[in-house]
Formats: sequence, structure tokens, C-alpha cells
Amino acid sequence: MVIKADKLNLDFETNDGVVHALRDLDLEIGAGEFVSFIGPSGCGKTTFLRVIADLETPTGGSIAVNGKPPEQARLARAYGYVFQAPALLSWRTIARNISLPLEIMGLSRGEQQERVERMINLVGLDGFGGKFPWQLSGGMQQRASIARALAFDADLLLMDEPFGALDEIVRDHLNEKLLQLWKKTGKTICFVTHSIPEAVYLSTKIVVMSPRPGRITDVITSDLPDDRPLDIRETPKFLEIAQRVREGLREGHADD
Amino acid sequence: MTDMLRQKLLPVLTIVAAIAVIWYGFTVYLNAPWQLDQYEKTATEWSMTDLVRDTMAHDRPVLPAPHQVVAEIWKTTVKKKVTSKRSLIYHSWITLSSTLLGFVMGTFTGMMLAIFIVENRAMDKSLMPWIITSQTIPILAIAPMIIVVLNAVGLSGLLPKALISTYLSFFPIAVGMVKGLRSPDPMLIDLMRTYNCSRWQLFFTLRLPSSVPYLFTSMKIAIAISLVGAIVGELPTGAVAGLGARLLSGSYYGQTIQIWSALLTAATLAALLVIAVNIAAQITHRMMGVPK
Repeated sequence: MVIKADKLNLDFETNDGVVHALRDLDLEIGAGEFVSFIGPSGCGKTTFLRVIADLETPTGGSIAVNGKPPEQARLARAYGYVFQAPALLSWRTIARNISLPLEIMGLSRGEQQERVERMINLVGLDGFGGKFPWQLSGGMQQRASIARALAFDADLLLMDEPFGALDEIVRDHLNEKLLQLWKKTGKTICFVTHSIPEAVYLSTKIVVMSPRPGRITDVITSDLPDDRPLDIRETPKFLEIAQRVREGLREGHADD
Repeated sequence: MTDMLRQKLLPVLTIVAAIAVIWYGFTVYLNAPWQLDQYEKTATEWSMTDLVRDTMAHDRPVLPAPHQVVAEIWKTTVKKKVTSKRSLIYHSWITLSSTLLGFVMGTFTGMMLAIFIVENRAMDKSLMPWIITSQTIPILAIAPMIIVVLNAVGLSGLLPKALISTYLSFFPIAVGMVKGLRSPDPMLIDLMRTYNCSRWQLFFTLRLPSSVPYLFTSMKIAIAISLVGAIVGELPTGAVAGLGARLLSGSYYGQTIQIWSALLTAATLAALLVIAVNIAAQITHRMMGVPK
């Protein structure tokens, strides 16, 4: 089990009172799964990702990452995190941005260079290593940020709406690439999104969430084949799963 | 090249021309009363042309004409040996050396203070009010004290003057640098946290590079007020050397042309120093990949 959450709770104190960001979350994620978290804003999907990453501390229940508390997992550099924005350091070239975690972890120069080259090739940014971030398009920047998260070879990849700011064509392309990457590397991926087709297309498991309080309303295991060309999105199977996700989302809103 | 001339030089020259016109106007207007008095005393017939010509040729005018000041600057820079006590270059160098020393010390002090403040909560609470208070004391009041006290402990010459520049210049550096060190996006700080990086790695890989643009903006202010500090520091030293000394001795003897030429030299010096910082900023920014 890579992630195991048991009755997980997280409350924020705000000026308007207590906000229940996460309420009694139970979830298990196995190795090699591709899990999407989908729900309207405020449903706690990003918060849950941040709890896994030890960027937020839960106020109740328990969570284990690789069988350890999140803090230990973070200290052991167990995961790579991809943010909503590329979050590249503007004064570093693409290659030096990708090598940032490697520098911090104290890898040798040669090792850094070798890995950076491999990552640049993996995300298809060959020839752009010497460019600064502003010289690249948004999609390419996000690819660089994924390469950076993969560079130190953690088995778990946490992605917080990584393609949310990109246009549909670029997004389709990157979804395809991400799926190939996942198959090639066998990593466990937690992927936050608010796009139903994206969630269904990518995932082996879809976690539907709803807000106030943030909770899980449905967990859908997808039985789409592993091989997924983009036009799989037109098949009845795909549409059926998408329909179930849509219903799950609507259910969460019933109390509004 | 012609584009650069049109975009940069032309606006500057237009303003210079406008200032010259206004300046000449005031020269005639301010020097006229004394001149008219002279005409009356000597019962001279005069025309408007005479008045304009004569008001621009006084030895100790209320306001010297621009060309008189330029002539004085020419006489005391190009025509004098650099080692001469009457050379403006000699005096400029005296002021410049304490400006630069004070600026370097001020930049260093400001940066160190900013690092302490950002890295230590107690420092943030205890130091910042004093830093702000330090700048509410008029420099003219504290400058002679610094000179006198340091002289009593055997320090004189360059260092006390430079310390006044330091006193003025550390402030914008400290304030700008604190803002710069705190400028990284929270997302980037989270990113560094996911790498389990140490405090110093966070500082050197993220905070320090983020502060560079803020630092250069502060340095532009700091170098200009360092020059002011150096000149103020020269006033109570008994007018030995430096642009401040030239100003003081000029005012003792009513040498307005000398005062104005020292003033213009100081202004030019300040402009050159700011330009130098600007060039350093541009080179650094280019190395850091900032788009033009």
C-alpha cells in the first residue's frame, strides 16, 4: 500500500469559523495505480494531496505514505510534486531547474548531468535545456516541471492540476504523454483535476469528492484497457464511466 | 543607433535646453538690481543688451550664468593639475573615495541586517524599529557628532566621512533586501520543502537570487545618498578637501560660481554613480536570464 488514509480529518481555523477541509477520509492507493481526484473547488482534493506531501498537517485520523508518517516520507524524498503552475526558478535554465532537486540532494555533477539529459529526453524537451523558462510555452514549462519531479526517481508522483492552465489541444497531448510515461516508469500517480474526461482518460481509479465538508462521495475503479488512444473517449465504456463520475459530482451538490 | 539617439538623447537634451533657458532668465532677473545700482552710481547710459551682457559677467553674482559655471568647471578640471588643491577632480576624488567606501560598508551592513531579520523572528521584532528610528534623526545633526567622537578616539580622514555615508545607505539596502528575501512565491517555498532542503539551501538557492532585483533598486538609492552623506561629512571637518569643502569655502567668501560648479560636479558624479549601478544591474540580470 503506497497511501493509506484512515478517518482522516483536517479543519482550518479561519475568521469566519472552522472550515472542514477534509472529513473522515478513508482511502487506499496501491503501488502503480493512477488515481485521479475530482470535485468542485473547496472539496479538499488539493488539501489531501498536500497532506500526503506533508505540506499540511491533519487534525485527526491517520495517514501513512509508504507505511510511514508523511513527514518521514518527505524527509526520505519519497515523492515528486507537480504544482498548478510550473514553479520554475526564472533565473535558472531548464536544465538547471531540472537538476535543482539533484543539487539539493547532493548528487555528483556527472550524475546530475546524466539524469537531466535523460529527463529532458523523457518529456521531449531535447534542445531546450539551455533556454530560460520564459523562452518556453506554458505546456513546455509544465513538462519541464514534470521532468524535475521525476528527476530524483521517487516512486510516487503527486500532481495538482498540472494542466489546468493549458489549452485543450496541449492538454490532450500532455495527457497522452503522461500516460505513456506512467506505463514506462510504473510509478504511482495521484492526480488532481476538475476535468471529467481528463480523469476518466488517465486513471485506474477515480476519487469523486464534494465540498463543505470536504469528503469522498464515490470511488470508481476504471476497467478501461491499459492501451488508451485519445479516441477511446468516444467509446460507450468511457462515456459510461464519465456518466458515473458526473452523477457522483451531482450527488455531492444535492445539499446545495 | 539613430533610434537610441532619438529615444534617449533627445528627451534629455530637450530638458537640458529648457533648464538653460530658465536659468539664463533668472540670471538676468536676479542680478539686475545690483547692476542697475551700479549704472546709477556711475551715471552710465544703458540699454537692455548692456544689462543682459553685464548681469552675466559678475564676479560674485547672486546667480551665475550657466556658461560662467561651465567655464569655472573647465578651468578647475582640465586646466588644473589633478594634484592641485584647486582642482575639482582632486576634490571630487576625495568625496568619491569616501562615498564608495561608505556605500560598500552600507551595502554590506544592510544585507547582513536583512539576513538576520529574515532568518530570525526575534531580530525581526527587535531590530526593525531601531533601523527605522535611525533614519528619523537628521543627518546634519548627527554628522558632526560622529566626526568629533571618532576624532577623539584617533580616527580621522576617510573613515569617519565614510561612516556617515554608511549610516545613510544601509537603510534602503536593509529595507529592500528584507522585501526581496521574502519575495519568493509560497509555491516555490513549498517546492523546496518537498525536497527536504536545509535552511541554508533554501536561502542560497531561492531567497538570495529572488532578492537580486530588489537589491539593485536599493543600491541605486543607496549610492546617491552615500554621496550626500560624504558631502555632509566634509562640512564639519573644517573645509580641508572634498566637494563639501568647496561648497563651504565658496560660501565663506561669497564665491557663488565656485559653489555652483561644485554643486554641478556633485550632481554629475551622482548621475554617473547611479548609471554605474544600473550597468551592473543589467549585466547581472542578463546572466540571470531576465528577458530584455
